Amino acid sequence: MTARRGNTEGRLAWRMTGIITLCVYIFLFAPIVATVVLSFNDSMFGGFPMTGFSFRWYAKLWENEQVLAAFQTSLWIALVTATVTTAIGLVTAFALVRFEFAGKELLSTLVILPALVPETILGVGLLVAIKAVDQPRTLPLLVLGHILLALPYVVLIVQARMVGIRRIYDEAALSLGATRLQSFREITLPLLIPAVVAGALLAFTISFDNTSASLFWRPAGVETMPTQILSMLKISISPEINALGTVMILVTVGIPLVGGIVLQSLSRMKRRDQQRET
Amino acid sequence: MADTNQTPRPETAGETRPAVEFRDISIAYGSFVAVRDFSLAIAKGSFVTLLGPSGCGKTTILRSIAGLVDISAGQISIGGKRVDDVPIYKRNIGLVFQSYALFPHKNVFDNVAFGLKYRNVPKPEIARKVAQALEMVRLPGSERKLPSQLSGGQQQRIALARAIVFEPEVLLLDEPLSALDANMREEMRVEIKKIQKATGITAIFVTHDQEEALSMSDQIVVMNAGRMEQIGSPEQVYEAPATGFVADFLGKANMLPGIVSSSDGARTTIALAAGQTVSVAAALPPGRAVTVVVRPQKLSVGAVPSGNRLTGRVVSTSYLGGNAIYEIDIGGGTTIRANTQISGPVAAEGQTVELAFDAAACVLLDEHGQRIPVLPGRQSNAKTSSASTSPRQQ
Repeated sequence: MTARRGNTEGRLAWRMTGIITLCVYIFLFAPIVATVVLSFNDSMFGGFPMTGFSFRWYAKLWENEQVLAAFQTSLWIALVTATVTTAIGLVTAFALVRFEFAGKELLSTLVILPALVPETILGVGLLVAIKAVDQPRTLPLLVLGHILLALPYVVLIVQARMVGIRRIYDEAALSLGATRLQSFREITLPLLIPAVVAGALLAFTISFDNTSASLFWRPAGVETMPTQILSMLKISISPEINALGTVMILVTVGIPLVGGIVLQSLSRMKRRDQQRET
Repeated sequence: MADTNQTPRPETAGETRPAVEFRDISIAYGSFVAVRDFSLAIAKGSFVTLLGPSGCGKTTILRSIAGLVDISAGQISIGGKRVDDVPIYKRNIGLVFQSYALFPHKNVFDNVAFGLKYRNVPKPEIARKVAQALEMVRLPGSERKLPSQLSGGQQQRIALARAIVFEPEVLLLDEPLSALDANMREEMRVEIKKIQKATGITAIFVTHDQEEALSMSDQIVVMNAGRMEQIGSPEQVYEAPATGFVADFLGKANMLPGIVSSSDGARTTIALAAGQTVSVAAALPPGRAVTVVVRPQKLSVGAVPSGNRLTGRVVSTSYLGGNAIYEIDIGGGTTIRANTQISGPVAAEGQTVELAFDAAACVLLDEHGQRIPVLPGRQSNAKTSSASTSPRQQ
């Protein structure tokens, strides 16, 4: 009897878990789905019901020079951020894992700190610092801020992979006659590549859709994609925004996805080449 | 195949410079001294083993040859050249690790070719040498495989090929067999020794396994706590351990403390703490504290022909087919281990037995654990007896 009751209870618990999980997913993804669906809505109003299927909002977006400028700005900032952050992050992670030096713990904490401090505080902080040294808000400064925000994630990702690359590979390479630099290039770096690529993609995404810190840091007259969307929202919820949102989703989800796929097929190709060489 | 035709030349080595020489080296990590005043000359073409328990400094010494640890004092020479300031990648050494350390993203060919590539060997030459090295480790045709597609033993063979293909000055092996399973280990033991002989390369082998050390080495350096305890051929360190540590570490010898009770100049009688007496061929002053060291294999149990006799009660018997290992309580809280060939019935637990050993088969240690030299006449006697009972013939 008790067993049966336990069983029904178990079944109920499982069903509840299922329902709650489903609710969470709906809560998470319904807005995204709605945005994407509504971006193809023919209606003048950015909401349900759908009145027809159309690409007109995308066409309109394409003609909106403000949006295009913001998109370009964001793209450049994200690209520069990703490049610089990956380079710095790689070196930092390498140093943190492979070397012992004074202040190592401190450096480690400082690098991770921007990920822990609320972005608003970071935004205000940098702004105050800029004001204190009497500097104008410029685009390079905005990029610098994005680097600051993205660096912890790159370092953490590369560090995690670095820990798994045993030092004896390096020792073996050195004993075989490679210099430290050659060993890094030929042994450590190739083993690190997946983490480096992942870090770069993440840095790109973090920069591309950063909103709150960008609001503080952007120079007058410069809009990034997220701040552009915000200012457009202030006027009205135009269906154009749904189209823009869909583009944003495509970029931030699509780029890492494409990157991952490219990386995978690259390594597969290389392996095939190696086997064919015989 | 030119390389494999080289004949081993450990005997001619004496004339030339040592392949590797340590002069009074010390190695410290902060305040911890891992190696203290270590000096050793290794003859060209010889196979030298550093043997000792973990933490004795043997791996540290090996890594100091490679340049992976810095020495705090003294000097190291490879092929007569001081290498203290030479970076690792210019030392021309072959290194084999316990965990293989094959580059996981490179195939077998690229792994083995790695050292040649950085020595600017032309490509056709690289291909030829790699093929030859793979032939030598009996894995020809495996060029395109990735390390993950090979078994542990195969990986270690590739690692060995990688370390010898560029004909280094010295081959360093850091417990290369420890990660392999028992069957593989024995096979690789023979293989490594064979390759070393065929190439005539100087090899320094680090292990904590006495069997590996005894079966492979020309010379064994027994290490303990950062110091050298003894250096000698496998027979020497086994038959004539210089210290109590060596006697215990190699083969778990029985250590019987006692005091010299009488001596007539040629024979000395020792009263063991266990309450029985043994007599040995040595001249020692009465009253001196000594330890009698007897290997379990030198003890015979049961029907006793001659020599020193002890009686005791069997505590445990391990029947191993051809021979048996007994633990025998000889009184005074002393338990002796005997590993004997079985002839006649196996002694049961609780049974009282007689055991005996030849006076020549034991070594005496003084109160500091150092071997007491035996009489000159006796020494040659001991050697002939040791030749017939070398550890490998058990």
